Amino acid sequence: MQKLSANGVIIDDTFAEAFGMRATAIIITAPSREWALEAARSMTGFATSVIGCGCEAGIDVELAPEETPDGRPGVRVMVFAVSTSELQKQLLNRVGQCVLTSPGSACYAGLEGTEPLKLGSAMRYFGDGWQISKKIGGRHFWRLPVMDGEFVCEATTGLTKQAVGGGNLLLLAHGGAEALAASELAVEAMRKVPGVIMPFPGGIVRSGSKIGSKYKSMVASTNDAYAPVLRAQVASALDADINAVLEIVIDGETSEAVAAAMAAGLKAVVELGPERGARRVSAGNYGGKLGKFQYHLKDLLP
Amino acid sequence: MSSLTLTLRQEPEQRLDLSRLTPQKLATLAISDIEKIELAGGKNPVTVGDCFLVSGTDVDSITFEGGSRRLDNIGAEMSGGSIRVVGDAGARLARRMTAGSIIVEGSVGPFAASQMLDGRVEVMGDAGDFTGGPIAGEMRGMCGGTLIVRGRAGDRLGDRMRRGMIVVLGGCGDYAGSRMIAGTIVIAGGSGHLPGYLMRRGSILLDRAPQSISPSFVESGPWFSAFASLLERHLIRDEIVDYPFLGEGPRRFVGDNAVHGKGELIVASNAPDMP
Repeated sequence: MQKLSANGVIIDDTFAEAFGMRATAIIITAPSREWALEAARSMTGFATSVIGCGCEAGIDVELAPEETPDGRPGVRVMVFAVSTSELQKQLLNRVGQCVLTSPGSACYAGLEGTEPLKLGSAMRYFGDGWQISKKIGGRHFWRLPVMDGEFVCEATTGLTKQAVGGGNLLLLAHGGAEALAASELAVEAMRKVPGVIMPFPGGIVRSGSKIGSKYKSMVASTNDAYAPVLRAQVASALDADINAVLEIVIDGETSEAVAAAMAAGLKAVVELGPERGARRVSAGNYGGKLGKFQYHLKDLLP
Repeated sequence: MSSLTLTLRQEPEQRLDLSRLTPQKLATLAISDIEKIELAGGKNPVTVGDCFLVSGTDVDSITFEGGSRRLDNIGAEMSGGSIRVVGDAGARLARRMTAGSIIVEGSVGPFAASQMLDGRVEVMGDAGDFTGGPIAGEMRGMCGGTLIVRGRAGDRLGDRMRRGMIVVLGGCGDYAGSRMIAGTIVIAGGSGHLPGYLMRRGSILLDRAPQSISPSFVESGPWFSAFASLLERHLIRDEIVDYPFLGEGPRRFVGDNAVHGKGELIVASNAPDMP
């Protein structure tokens, strides 16, 4: 494979392979930025991978008071799932347990979308008959009496079928500290791109997986080719100077958003250089057979 | 194309039913045929041409130059496009309208926006009694859309209203929101006696205390809800009001407990003392 490099960082001539997903977004507001974030973090907790969590969710952007429907600080949260029904289920469970419960919160549609997903129109039953329906400017809201006032929740939010899940970068570094430094910078850069979330802890995943396992019950298992400790025992993808690999997984509202986020992350990694950050950048794919979307690293270089 | 303009020749001698002059009903007619449309309303048969000078060709945008309180049913059952009345209009403006927009630069008679379903109506002057209300015998008044009255509205504003929003900026008479089923009425500039009389559900928001509140309403304390700012911001963004009129923690009264009792009167926190 021809070695491409930028600012001393080797860029593999490979691509990230990603899949079409269903996604939605909501806007959570609260009396303060801190409480909006608190509700959003709670709602997007345990939402790293559709495999075990049912959905992938994260904070897209923070919103200033003047950008939210009710003039309070807010955040836009995105939720991704493999089917409309699972997305609907996850959305209601998470809003019901984590946003409705959070002090002073309100919840609005965050996506126009092609079809509606239930939000307040299902949550309203919590009001036990005291819920109030309000239509303002063509939008429908529900007011539910709660112990600190009212929970205001838009009746529906939108669903998009154009979403993409599984964009990724693999950052290969000399040591753990360098891999983390490069990953942190990349995630920071990606968070500035609208319409994407990085669902893993801090946006970073260290337990990349391959499909299949020696154990019949496991559908996926450790990505041994990228595990430094297995370098001497398996067909390793790692050179001798690589001792830590971290991955960033990106879900986006559109394919363009995923590409923009990957490009932003790649730029940050390249600028950091090979000594303090990643010596090599790669991406995860399945040979191009499974995913509809491919993001070639060489096309995304700054 | 210039908008179809109907210039009133003189004050009509009888009431005129203009319900046939909507963009939809004129869409299939040649301009020359418009003048031949007969207008019901009085004992003498009259045509559009008898009453109006017709000019312009775009029926999607209709202008009535020179209004009169005898011009009834303007924009009735309108389902799109726009109507502007440069002057006054009569009874039942925008009755059963389903879409589009109407602006009246003068004042209008009773039953404006009666059973209106959707769309936007703005009256720069005053509106008569039963604005947004049903005609006798009907079960529902306004059922959707937005009505803005920049002047004063008469008695029984929003009677039996079912859905939608009415905003009155110059105050209104007695019994605003009487028998209201649901919906939202915003009244700036003061209201008369007993707003919300026999209301079942719905919201009446007031920038000052009404002349009296029925004893069948019960105060539920200051109201803190994100909905207050949601509504205020909508009204400001739509250029209907220009300031957040409710203030912090407005007072909320629920009723009318003589009936269903799930309605609310919300009075701005900075309103003068209640009677």
